[in-house]
Amino acid sequence: MKPSAPTTLIAGILLVVCLGTSGFARYHLDQTRSRTSPDEVLYVESPRVIKRLSLGYDGLLADIYWTRAVQYFGTKHVLGSRQYPLLGPLLVITTVLDPHLTVAYEFGGNFLAPQPPYGAGMPQQAVQLAEYGIRNNPDDWKIYYDLGFIYYMELKDYSKAADAFARGANVPNAHPFLRVMAAQMAQHAGELQMARMMWVTAYQSTQDRDIRANAASHLLALQVDEDVTNLEKLASLYRERTGHWPSNFSELEATGLLRALPVDPLGHLYRLAPEGRVEVQEPDKFPFIKKGTPPGYTPPIPKFLPSD
Amino acid sequence: MSTRIVHIASNTFREAVRDRVLYNLIAFALLMSGAAVLVGQISIGIERLVVVNLGLTAVSLFGVVIAIFIGIGLVSKEIEKRTLYTVLSRPVRRWEFIAGKFFGLAGTLVVNTAFMAVGVFAALLYVSRAFHRADAWILVALYFIVLQFLMITAIALLFSSFSSPLLSAVFAFSLFVVGSFAEDLRGFAALARGVSHWLATGAVYLVPNFASLNVISSVAHEQPIAKQFVVSSSLYALLYTGMVLCGAVLIFERRNLK
Amino acid sequence: MSAIEILGLEKTYSAGLWRKRQRCALRPLHLNVEAGEVFGFLGPNGAGKTTTLKLLMGLVFPSGGSARILGREIHDPRMKAQIGFLPEQPYFYDYLTANELLEYYAQLSGVATQERRRRVIEVLGRVGLEDAARLPLRKFSKGMLQRVGIAQAILHDPKVLFFDEPMSGLDPIGRRQVRDIIVELKALGKTVFFSTHILSDAESLCDRVAIIDMGELRGVGAVADLTATVEGKVEIIWHGSSLPASLQALTSESHLSGDLVRAVIREANQDAAIDALRHLGVRILSITPVRTSLE
Repeated sequence: MKPSAPTTLIAGILLVVCLGTSGFARYHLDQTRSRTSPDEVLYVESPRVIKRLSLGYDGLLADIYWTRAVQYFGTKHVLGSRQYPLLGPLLVITTVLDPHLTVAYEFGGNFLAPQPPYGAGMPQQAVQLAEYGIRNNPDDWKIYYDLGFIYYMELKDYSKAADAFARGANVPNAHPFLRVMAAQMAQHAGELQMARMMWVTAYQSTQDRDIRANAASHLLALQVDEDVTNLEKLASLYRERTGHWPSNFSELEATGLLRALPVDPLGHLYRLAPEGRVEVQEPDKFPFIKKGTPPGYTPPIPKFLPSD
Repeated sequence: MSTRIVHIASNTFREAVRDRVLYNLIAFALLMSGAAVLVGQISIGIERLVVVNLGLTAVSLFGVVIAIFIGIGLVSKEIEKRTLYTVLSRPVRRWEFIAGKFFGLAGTLVVNTAFMAVGVFAALLYVSRAFHRADAWILVALYFIVLQFLMITAIALLFSSFSSPLLSAVFAFSLFVVGSFAEDLRGFAALARGVSHWLATGAVYLVPNFASLNVISSVAHEQPIAKQFVVSSSLYALLYTGMVLCGAVLIFERRNLK
Repeated sequence: MSAIEILGLEKTYSAGLWRKRQRCALRPLHLNVEAGEVFGFLGPNGAGKTTTLKLLMGLVFPSGGSARILGREIHDPRMKAQIGFLPEQPYFYDYLTANELLEYYAQLSGVATQERRRRVIEVLGRVGLEDAARLPLRKFSKGMLQRVGIAQAILHDPKVLFFDEPMSGLDPIGRRQVRDIIVELKALGKTVFFSTHILSDAESLCDRVAIIDMGELRGVGAVADLTATVEGKVEIIWHGSSLPASLQALTSESHLSGDLVRAVIREANQDAAIDALRHLGVRILSITPVRTSLE
């Protein structure tokens, strides 16, 4: 008995129609979903329970949660979120499932600790995470580094930072900077050079794209801060010599204080504002800068991460 | 005697192959290819880790599913289809039949795992561009996975010798899950008092301890596995498998084939 | 020594959740089959024929009694190498071809490696399946499967053969072939023990039969003997339109068609009936003995 032709035709047409309309429905659903922030719900919150449920395949599950953590942060970052409530729990679950996933501790140090909108603003949690990482990986210098980093950058607790770096420096194969930083912390904490060394180390010691981009942005910002400080000093010097503020950099050049027109790390000329203030032309391109922004300037939503 | 077991084993292998079980390798190959290509986009720096975790987990899960799915039918299908009658009317002892079926399925799984190992190493080569010394530990992890297969195959065969396929699947899968919780069971036994303590401790020893045979995470982090551990784990798995097979033989020897 | 000695074999199944309900499938059976006999095991469906065969094959364990085949115990592998079994409505590994199946069985029966190929080909020829040798068994018809079943039973040249309903599901040609094979086997001196519920098969093939019903043996002996103990009947046909009153008492059944009357009369009353008809001046057309079947 051959299949009936009318049924075949109707079923075939219906199939195509449903395929098309379900595609539209899906598209519509996805559009409405992406306007709101990603799910703020973790269906299972307890790391221990998740570990139990993993039936021993915790390595893979850790990788999955790690991916979720990165996606979560990246998506919210792009939306300019000021709150990342799930980042901490996601990183904790990841590291309970796989305590040796070093990159998770790095991520915590770089994105869990800093204040929003650059991070989740939870430095204490980040510290706990790092300490947990050290307990489970006592021979991994990177985690000591992450700990010291958090104390230095966010908590401004320089003695604890020095402590962490010192502990890390004792680990075999540790990055040579650790010992240097431990030693110099006491005198040079808060200085540009220390910060630069830290960000360079952060950049070099990871392969994670987000962490590298973050470090690179910070280094650029440090460069700008340094340039602006120096240029403002020169402007003051000019004022002392001539009695009035310079109106542009050519005047400084003419007096021999500058050898060439100053250019920011992205290649644009610095601007000389009234009363000797120096500004960058496009402050939006430099998240993290502390100097060189016009008065009343509010930084936009940072969009420098590859995950953005 | 031994040739009969070999013949039954190779017939069982042939049945599995003609049942197209090896097609699962296609799904596996697609999975590994997709993972190898995508992992670079999702998690830089931990590509090798993810490929090893994913690859070995897939080998383990695919294999357990195959072991249970085919294992539960090893005896019951023959009884239901009555193909067993003409076999047992020959000079084949019942225990030889059980042994042959076991080796047939175990052999199928070993062959399957070998093909999958090639897939895992291929994906690894793709993301790492070269092999490292530490990659050799992956072979050890695969060996441990095969030990798990032996245990679960024996368990499925045991249930098959007296239970319907559906019930066998439920029991076998449940034992797999409980066996993966074995370490938690131990923790519970340590906390419990009185009767619960003894029951839990008994369970810890009776239940197949799959948790301790899971070295995927260690191997993914390039940590070595102690030789002593390999030897004692092998002994445990083989003895446990032997125990279960004896159970299967005891039950099957007494079974009336209606 | 008999080829098959059944010594009080019995089987009771316990059914129900608490195993309280007892179902007696076979009451203690005593039976001997001599070497070279073709022995029929007759009975309606559910009589216990298959149970008996399964007990003899060691597939089911007896509740009591024992049996010996070729002088050995039921589970003795040495004995099993010399027997062949065809189960009822057999089913084989459908992913194998006929060749592969028989090779496999030959391996399990311990046929020497050099011999296997030869035996398989020979046996396939005997059952008329040479052309289907390479076909996967899932493509076989019921009749073909039955023939494969016989092939695997005779493959290793056993001394005793056990067939459970060997003709079931076969068309007349198939049944013919099976009967011919059984006759051949007898000519080769084999012992054949087969069960059936089709009486004509037993009648034509068997040296002796046993009749079983509801798990109990009802009679054993040569076919001729068994039918002889039952009274004979005679069929008389004559021209007429009705059964005369004088014959009614003597007749066990009568039938009218056209102008012929057919009456079946007990042999003992034969003479009385013929006299009565002659008195009536009836023209008798035929007098035929009705052969009693085992029914």
